[in-house]
Amino acid sequence: MNTNTERAMLTESKPVAKPRVVALRLRILRSWQLYVLVLPLLVHVAIFQYAPMYGLQIAFKNFRASAGILGSKWVGLEHFERFFNSYSFWNTLINTLLINLYELIFAFPIAIIFALMLNQVTKLRFKKWVQTITYAPHFISTVVLVGMLFIFLNPRTGMVNNLIDFFGGERINFFGEAAWFKPIYIISEIWQTTGWSAIIYLAALTAVDPQLHEAAIMDGANKFHRVRHIDIPSIMPVIMILLILKMGHFASLGFSKVLLMQNDLNIDASEVIQTYVYKTGLVGAQYSYSAAIGLFDNLINFILLLSANQLAKKFKQQSLF
Amino acid sequence: MAKTDTFDAVSRIKRSRADKAFDYINYTLLSIFLLIVLYPLYFIVISSFSDPTAVNTGAVSLIPKGFTLEGYRIILNNNDVWRGYGNSLLYTVLNVVISLALMIPGGYALSRKEMAGRNLLMFLVVITMFFSGGMIPTYIIIKKLGMVDTIWALIVPSAVSAYYVIVIRTFFQNTLPEEMFESAKVDGCSTFRFFFQMAVPLSAPIIAVMALFTAVSQWNSFFSALIYLHRSELYPLQLVLRGILISSQMSAHGSDAVVDPESIAEAQRYAELIKYALIMVASIPVLVLYPFLQRYFVKGMMIGSVKG
Repeated sequence: MNTNTERAMLTESKPVAKPRVVALRLRILRSWQLYVLVLPLLVHVAIFQYAPMYGLQIAFKNFRASAGILGSKWVGLEHFERFFNSYSFWNTLINTLLINLYELIFAFPIAIIFALMLNQVTKLRFKKWVQTITYAPHFISTVVLVGMLFIFLNPRTGMVNNLIDFFGGERINFFGEAAWFKPIYIISEIWQTTGWSAIIYLAALTAVDPQLHEAAIMDGANKFHRVRHIDIPSIMPVIMILLILKMGHFASLGFSKVLLMQNDLNIDASEVIQTYVYKTGLVGAQYSYSAAIGLFDNLINFILLLSANQLAKKFKQQSLF
Repeated sequence: MAKTDTFDAVSRIKRSRADKAFDYINYTLLSIFLLIVLYPLYFIVISSFSDPTAVNTGAVSLIPKGFTLEGYRIILNNNDVWRGYGNSLLYTVLNVVISLALMIPGGYALSRKEMAGRNLLMFLVVITMFFSGGMIPTYIIIKKLGMVDTIWALIVPSAVSAYYVIVIRTFFQNTLPEEMFESAKVDGCSTFRFFFQMAVPLSAPIIAVMALFTAVSQWNSFFSALIYLHRSELYPLQLVLRGILISSQMSAHGSDAVVDPESIAEAQRYAELIKYALIMVASIPVLVLYPFLQRYFVKGMMIGSVKG
C-alpha cells in the first residue's frame, strides 16, 4: 500500500514537477559525444585562461612561490597604491595611451581609405598586384621588422640616413632619440598592417548593392560622390565593430615590437604598461606587483571596450553586444 | 529634344572628366603606396647579394653591386641558425597539430544546436578574448605545470585562440545544412561518426586556413620563447634572429665552433651583409608560400568577418 502510493507519487510527480530538468538531462545524455568533442578545448581554456584569472588574486597578495597562490598573505591594494605613486605610473600610462591614440588617428583610417581606393580600381591585374604586395608585410615577423628598422635607420650605414645625407641633411640617430620612437613605431605599423587590415573592408565593400551605384550614376554622381555617399555609409557598421574591438585593446599594444625597439636612450618615450609588467615581473621577479599592474591594464581595456560599445549604441551605430 | 541630348552629352563629359581625374589620382596614389611597401623588401633582397661596403655607403639602390653570396655562406655555416630553423619547424608543426585537435572538434560541437548549454560554453570561451589573467599569473601557472624550459610551453598554451574558435563555429554553422544531420541521424549515424566521416572531410578549407594562420603566428612568434626558454639549444629561429639582428651578437660560425681571429674580422666586415641575408633566409619560407596560399588567408579573414 505504502509502496504503491509512493510509486504512484513518483510516476505522477516526477514528470509533472520538473519536466524541464528531465528533458535537459535527456538532451545532455543524448548528445554526450558532443561534450566529449568539446572537452579538450574546455580543459585547455580552463587551464590556460581561467586558472591564470584565478591566479590574479596575487595582485592583492604578497606572492611567494613556496606558499603558492592560495597560501600567500593578503595585502589589499598595497601594490596598486605603490604603482599609482611611482614615477613609472604616469609615464607608462601616457606612453601607452598616446601610442594607441596615434595608431587610431593615423593607422586605422589609412587602412579604410586604402580599401576604398582599391575598391575603385577596375583594372583587375593592377588590383591583384597591389593586394599581393601590400599584404606581404603582414607575414614578416616582428623581430625581422625591427631588425629592418635598425638596418635602414642606422646613423652611419642606413639607407634612410644615406638619403638624408645625399640631400645635404644632417644624419639622424633615430633610435638614440626618444622623440623619434613613436613616429617610427606608427609609420612601421602603417607599412606592415595597412594592406592586411583593408581585407575586411574590401569584403564589406563587395556586399554593397551595385544598384545603388547605378542609380547614383544616373543622378550624375561622380566616383568621389559615390565613395563618399554610398561606400562609406555601407561599411560604417564594420568600421564601428573594428573600432570597438580596438578600444578593447587600447591599453595594450603589439608590445613585443615595443620591447624590441626599446633601448636605454628612448626608454622615456617607449616604456609602456606591458613592457613595464614584463620587466618588473619576469625580469625583476616582483610577481604580485606586476600582476597588479597587469590587472589595472586589463581593467582599463575592459572599461574602454564597454564605454565604446555604449557610445556606439547611443549613436544608433552597430554595437558589439 | 536636341537640347536635352546636348545636355546629356555635356553632363556625361563632365562626369567622365571628374571620374577620370579621380582614377588618375587613385592609380597614382596606389602606385606610390605600392612602391613604398615594396621597396624596403626589394632593397633587402638586392643588398643580401651585394658588396657590404657598397650597400653601407648608399651605392646600392636598384640593382645589386659587387655580387656576392658571402652573407649566405656565413649564415649557412652558422649552427645557431640551423638549430633555430629546425626548432621552429618542429614547434610549428606540433603547434598546428595540437591547435587543430583542440579547436576543430570543439568548434564543431559548439556549432551543434542540440547541445545543451552551448551558448554558456561559447560565452566562457569568448570572454577570454576580452579578459585574461595576464602575463604574470599565466607564467606562474605554466611554471607550476613544469612546462618552463621545455618545448611544451611554446606549443600548448598558444594552441587555442578564442577568435579562431568563433571562426570555426561560424564555418560549421554556415556550411553543414541541418538536413544532413537529420538524414544521418535517421540512418543511425553516431555523432562521432558524423564528425569524423562527414564534418571533417567537408571542412578541409577551414582546416587549411586555421593551419596556415597558426603556423605563421608560431613561426613568427618570439615572446613566449623569450619568457619560457632559458636553454639556448631550444631557441626557435626568431630568438636566434633577435640575438643577431637586434642585440648584434654574431659569431661567424656558431657558438660551438672554434673561433679564430680571422673569422672574427670577416664577421665584422660582413656584419651588415649577414643581417640582410639572414632576413631573407628567415622570411623566405613564409614569403615564398604566401602568394600561392593568399586566397586561403583572405578566405580565412572573410569567414571570420561574417560574424566577428
